[in-house]
Amino acid sequence: MKVSEQSRLAVFKTYKLYVGGKFPRSESGRVYEVTDSKGGHWLANAPLSSRKDARDAVVAARKAVPGWSGATAYNRGQVLYRVAEMLEGRREQFTREVADAEGLSKSKAAAVVDAAVDRWVWYAGWTDKIAQVVGGANPVAGPFFNLSTPEPTGVVAVLAPQDSSLLGLVSVLAPVIATGNAAVVVAAERAPLPALSFGEVLATSDVPAGVVNILSGRTAELSAPLASHQDVNALDLTGAPAELAAELEASAADTLKRVRRPSPAAEDWTRDPGTSRLTAWLETKTVWHPIGV
Amino acid sequence: MANEKFAYAPAPESRAVVDLAPSYGLFIDGEFAEAADGTVFKTVSPSSEEVLAEVARAGEADVDRAVKAARKAFQSWGALPGAERGKYLFRIARILQERSRELAVLESLDNGKPIRETRDVDLPLVAAHFFYYAGWADKLSYAGYGPDPRPLGVAGQVIPWNFPLLMLAWKIAPALAAGNTVVLKPAETTPLSALFFADVCRQAGLPRGVVNILTGYGDAGAALVAHPDVDKVAFTGSTGVGRAIARSVAGTRKKVTLELGGKAANIVFDDAPIDQAVEGIVNGIFFNQGHVCCAGSRLLVQESVQEEVLDALKRRMSTLRVGDPLDKNTDIGAINSAEQLARITSLAEAGEAEGAERWAPACELPSSGYWFAPTLFTGVTQAHRIAREEIFGPVLSVLTFRTPAEAVEKANNTPYGLSAGIWTEKGSRILSMANKLRAGVVWANTFNKFDPTSPFGGYKESGYGREGGRHGLEGYLAGAADPTSEHASEKESATNEGV
Repeated sequence: MKVSEQSRLAVFKTYKLYVGGKFPRSESGRVYEVTDSKGGHWLANAPLSSRKDARDAVVAARKAVPGWSGATAYNRGQVLYRVAEMLEGRREQFTREVADAEGLSKSKAAAVVDAAVDRWVWYAGWTDKIAQVVGGANPVAGPFFNLSTPEPTGVVAVLAPQDSSLLGLVSVLAPVIATGNAAVVVAAERAPLPALSFGEVLATSDVPAGVVNILSGRTAELSAPLASHQDVNALDLTGAPAELAAELEASAADTLKRVRRPSPAAEDWTRDPGTSRLTAWLETKTVWHPIGV
Repeated sequence: MANEKFAYAPAPESRAVVDLAPSYGLFIDGEFAEAADGTVFKTVSPSSEEVLAEVARAGEADVDRAVKAARKAFQSWGALPGAERGKYLFRIARILQERSRELAVLESLDNGKPIRETRDVDLPLVAAHFFYYAGWADKLSYAGYGPDPRPLGVAGQVIPWNFPLLMLAWKIAPALAAGNTVVLKPAETTPLSALFFADVCRQAGLPRGVVNILTGYGDAGAALVAHPDVDKVAFTGSTGVGRAIARSVAGTRKKVTLELGGKAANIVFDDAPIDQAVEGIVNGIFFNQGHVCCAGSRLLVQESVQEEVLDALKRRMSTLRVGDPLDKNTDIGAINSAEQLARITSLAEAGEAEGAERWAPACELPSSGYWFAPTLFTGVTQAHRIAREEIFGPVLSVLTFRTPAEAVEKANNTPYGLSAGIWTEKGSRILSMANKLRAGVVWANTFNKFDPTSPFGGYKESGYGREGGRHGLEGYLAGAADPTSEHASEKESATNEGV
């Protein structure tokens, strides 16, 4: 007998973390309830990551740094573009997840997903251009070749925006990896599902394991060990509540992390992002060599 | 024979070119004034321990007064057309060139560094830095920081004693070009050249309050950094203080650039031109008595040429002249302070205690003043304190390596990342090493080269932000896409409405 579509029992997805190219549960075994934006309807149990999960993610990210930062810019651009292709292919799934997470109508959620795909494509194109825009030859007063080039800073911990579960997420994540860094991302606390699903997109897009690691859980619990971690080079506080942001920045000072503070006003994720999220995670290296015969 | 120095008659530069007053005040709002609480301190010549002058010691009240003056001056300075700001900076550059001999002698007196360096390195770079940024003042919209980059406001700047006037130039020139006003605190052991710079500003007709100089100690620096009406903090100095500053600005909208310590590897491969490399090693660690954050303080020499390099290096070190900073033949001057001498001495002793082998050429040191002979340590391991900690003195730690990969591993095995050196004749190896070294400045077949157009600054715990070049403007501008920009422009329009 054929089961009608109305009465068919749906297969739920077990949402899992994305760490080191794998999909583990939290080592703590904990989960938390994720509901829709109105707080009424249960959507899923998301992993409630622990400090240990955060540290494991940093280890995975660090392992990925040499390969990813050493890849050619063209290669990174193609890998990022592939991510956009995979995301495009899952538009319907993400539309549903974003609608649930942010309380948007289906059409508005679809527009957000489209914007996320386009944002990712925009950053994919930056991989082999940013060095030409921000680096260059310096006309020193002497017989020297002198060239400044941007290089990735290393492992970047990212607190994804709380108010934009997918477009916000890709807007902070894409520039980190476009510039050759590896990322540990803490997804929006109350709306982590699009971010966790995005891990599945990354896993099928030739992004090397560990380049992006996505954690769900309590932002305050996960951000503290990341801000003080000796092997994290930079910290994006975009998704940190103001009172937490100051504390995390102070904690990051002990290891002199590069810190991007949260915007004082709500960010408009649809506007032209500019290059500041690319340059935030770049170091400038200047090489000198004498000129002579 | 090769180890012996040629005998030279003393060739001291005349001190007469510097007219020192017995005492100096703080330079606030275009005028010299005593500290609010009337305290003063003495600045001495480290080569003789002679008191050069008495200087006002700024306290919290003075910091507040200086920041207020800078804030007031910002209203008109920030609104001045860039071309006009630029002309003031060009004037300053020219006056610095005119007065460069006087300032070089003054700097050698107050700091202890050889006149050969102040005359040939510090002062030319100081003037060039102002000349370079003068030209940016009316071209900021072409700098890549948005179509209409705005100044931040008041910059609080704290500089070290190793290149007093040069660090002042690195801080003040880009700040002013971008339309900010500044309150600058020089180091307590080297306050004089900044006060003479105040006079240069007077001669240039710079509007009052645009540049304020507060002489004093760390407490004044901390008060300046923490002042709520400071929009930008720029600091060059130790990593320890850099951390404290990064903590103190947490949660504010202050923009920060930090140029901190270093423990640079200077890597010599077996195919390097040995004589040139030895000159580079000597310049890398003994330039400015090793009081250089980017000093090549760890020599990594390939095992196969270790003996040859060390023999040549020791021979060369034996010819270095340590002594009177004002003597034109002097290679190595005085250590800047008793405190710094104690730090160098204690780290060198730790080197011996931990089992490294110490060597220094026979070298007669003057009986008064603070001196340390050029020193090298062999048999140094990566665990030794002298291989890990910044000594900030004329002390070189020698380590060896076999393969390029090992050299990279050892060079990067430090929390610092300011500079690195590579010596090899093989071009592809230079580029491969340069790619892998985690350092903000890489000198290949040269070392300790600086230029106003060339960005300088560190990776990792050597700080963040760049000084010099187009990159050096970023720390003083609110860019279009930067979250700090909204804040700055709001604040500015608020101030403008009040005018």
